[in-house]
Order: sequence, then C-alpha cells, then structure tokens
Amino acid sequence: MNGTIEPMVGRYVHVEIDGAMHRIYFEENGAGIPLVCLHTAGSDGRQWRHLLADEEFTKNFRIIAFDMPWHGKSNPPANWSGEEYQLTTARYTQTIRAFCGALKLDKPVVMGCSIGGRIVLNLAIDHAAEFRALVGLEAADFQAPWYDTTWLNRPDVHGGEMCAALVSGLIAPQSPQAPRMETLWGYKQGGPGVFKGDLYFYRVDGDLRGRVEAIDTKVCPLYLLTGEYDFSCTPEDTKRTAAAIGGARVEIMEQLGHFPMSENPEQFRRYIAPVLGEILTQSIPTRQGVHV
Amino acid sequence: MRGRFLDCDCLLGPMGRPFHVSIRAGRITDLTPAPVLMRSWRFSYRATSAAWAEYWQAMPKPGWHDLLALTKRGEAVLEGDLHPFMAHLQYFKDLLALPRLDAATVSL
Repeated sequence: MNGTIEPMVGRYVHVEIDGAMHRIYFEENGAGIPLVCLHTAGSDGRQWRHLLADEEFTKNFRIIAFDMPWHGKSNPPANWSGEEYQLTTARYTQTIRAFCGALKLDKPVVMGCSIGGRIVLNLAIDHAAEFRALVGLEAADFQAPWYDTTWLNRPDVHGGEMCAALVSGLIAPQSPQAPRMETLWGYKQGGPGVFKGDLYFYRVDGDLRGRVEAIDTKVCPLYLLTGEYDFSCTPEDTKRTAAAIGGARVEIMEQLGHFPMSENPEQFRRYIAPVLGEILTQSIPTRQGVHV
Repeated sequence: MRGRFLDCDCLLGPMGRPFHVSIRAGRITDLTPAPVLMRSWRFSYRATSAAWAEYWQAMPKPGWHDLLALTKRGEAVLEGDLHPFMAHLQYFKDLLALPRLDAATVSL
C-alpha cells in the first residue's frame, strides 16, 4: 500500500575482524531471543526481509540480518588495497562471532543459508556453547561441485549476469515470479569476484566431512532444512550430513530451492515456524523478563 | 533484447540426434538435423531423450528442472568452447525451456 513503512531498522556497527575495523550494515526487528540470519554466497541480508517483517516471529525474536563484508552495504574494510576477496572458514567464523559480540547478543540463535548453512555446522562443531540453537538451510558437510567458479569473475563475461544465471536454476519452479526475480537481482548486484570469493570457503576451505560427527546437539540443538529443488546442496547431501550427527533435526522442504527465505517466503514460513516455535519453547525456563 | 550480441553456431538437442543451430543477433536463423558434412560448432549441449521429456514438463521434477542440474546428474553433456553458452547462460536456459509453454497449454 502506498506509504507503508516496513518495521525493520537498518544501522551500522563497527566490528573488529582479524585486526581490522569493519563497518557492518545490519537490519533488525523484534524483541526477545536474538536470531542472527546469514545470507547466501554472493548476495546480502535483503534475502531475509520477509522474516524481518514477520509480525508473529518478531514478538519473541529479535531478528537480525547483517551484510557480510564486501556484500550489500558492508564495504570492504578501510585497509583493503584491491586484492582478491577470499572467504575462509576461519574468517567467516570470526566474522559471525565478532558481530554477535559487538552487539552483545546473549546466546543467539544463528540461522544461515547455503554458505551460511555450512558455517552453521562449523559453529556447531567448535563453538556450540555460545549459541542457543543453530539452523542450517541448504546445509551439508560437503556437496559435489557442478560448475567451474572461474566463470564468475573474468573480463569477457558479465559477472552479475553470470552469477544470476547460474543460480537461477536453484530456485524451485513453483516460486512466484516477483521473489524469484528479487532473489536474482541480489546476485546481479554483487561486487566483482565476491561470489567467487565466498565459494572458496564453500568449495575449497570448508569441507566438513569427517568433522560433523563431533557435533553435540545436547549442547546446542541443530536444525537442517533443505529445499527439494536444490540440486547444489541436495536433500540427500543434507540427510547424509544429519545422519552423522546424533539428535540433528532434518526437514526437506517441498516446492522450495536453494533460497527458501527469499524465493518463496510464504512457503518457507510453513517450515520455519515450527522450528522457531520449538526454540522458543526450549528457551522459556532459562529466560527472564521476556514475555512469551 | 536478450541475446542481441549473440552470434553462434552450436549443437543442441537429443544425445544421438542433435541439431545444428545458427543464432545471429539472438535469433535462430537455421536449425538443421545433424549430421551435416563438415559443419562446425562452438559448443554442444546434448541431453538424453528422458531428460528433455522431464525438463519440458510444465512443472518439472526436482533435479530435472535446470540445464546444469541435468549435467550434474549425468543426463546431459556440455562440450566444446563454452564461452558463448556461459556468457549467455540465461538465454540458453530460457530458449531450451520454451517447450514448457506448450506443455502448460496442453495440460490445460
């Protein structure tokens, strides 16, 4: 409707990551349990705008989505001199923990999609006690590559068109046209080489095969949800990963692909609502002063 | 118009019986069943007949819904100089999905 103002608010927080100060853009809405949302490779926090605006979820959750450095409105750090961007497991983990620390979040829930789903597994392996629950969307310990990432950043191919065209097939055919195009627009807007740099973590540095067995879901509950049309991180990849983790919860989401929260927000809501409800229920005994 | 900078001779279609396709400024100017004696092509995208049948469903099944999903599952092969295909990837995805429109019409 003309004149409608959405409820989320965007701000910048200065965060020290790997010895350098970063100006990180984040949007938030709601009050209660902190829920930090991680966008996919090569995109930004706008993917979470429907969750951020959800009237029901924000009654009990402080939903926060930040743009990773080099993404969206989070610029590269001031000491960047133009070298190629490359995300590593260590740097990604450090970024998330530093962001949560800078905002002084008390045992947040972290929900990440794609590379965000993969790093959630790493958080579960190494830092489970810091989090209330972890949610991996389109997450697996490893998945077979299906294209050569050098196509993503070369002068004779348009990077934005290339990135969007590659991931367009990861969206379920049932997803409505408007959110489909909005999801792809995020990819068309990415900086040169950023998607490729994120995939260094995904393809090269972040192989968690043989490590996820160490996850203790009694320390921190773990939920894994994957769309049936995701042929990058397939339902089989997620189920295989979950089978190695005692107590991990798995859900295969129908009529969704690799970008559930942005490609078809209504369909995604059907699957994430019970998860958030369960996290809320589990949190009640330990929470004080928060109306539930 | 998408594809307006695309001039390409390629080989597209079923694995055993593909077509030589000539594209000029994004328009298909020739479509001839292979083989054609000594006809060159820059890249080929060929898939099994079963893969095309699934890909062209109005609402294709998971894993059969994208050209690169088909290559990943081994139901299609992509060969040759991939530059024109990759530089115009969405063009080729949309072009080769056009029969879905007919499938949708038929299912009404």
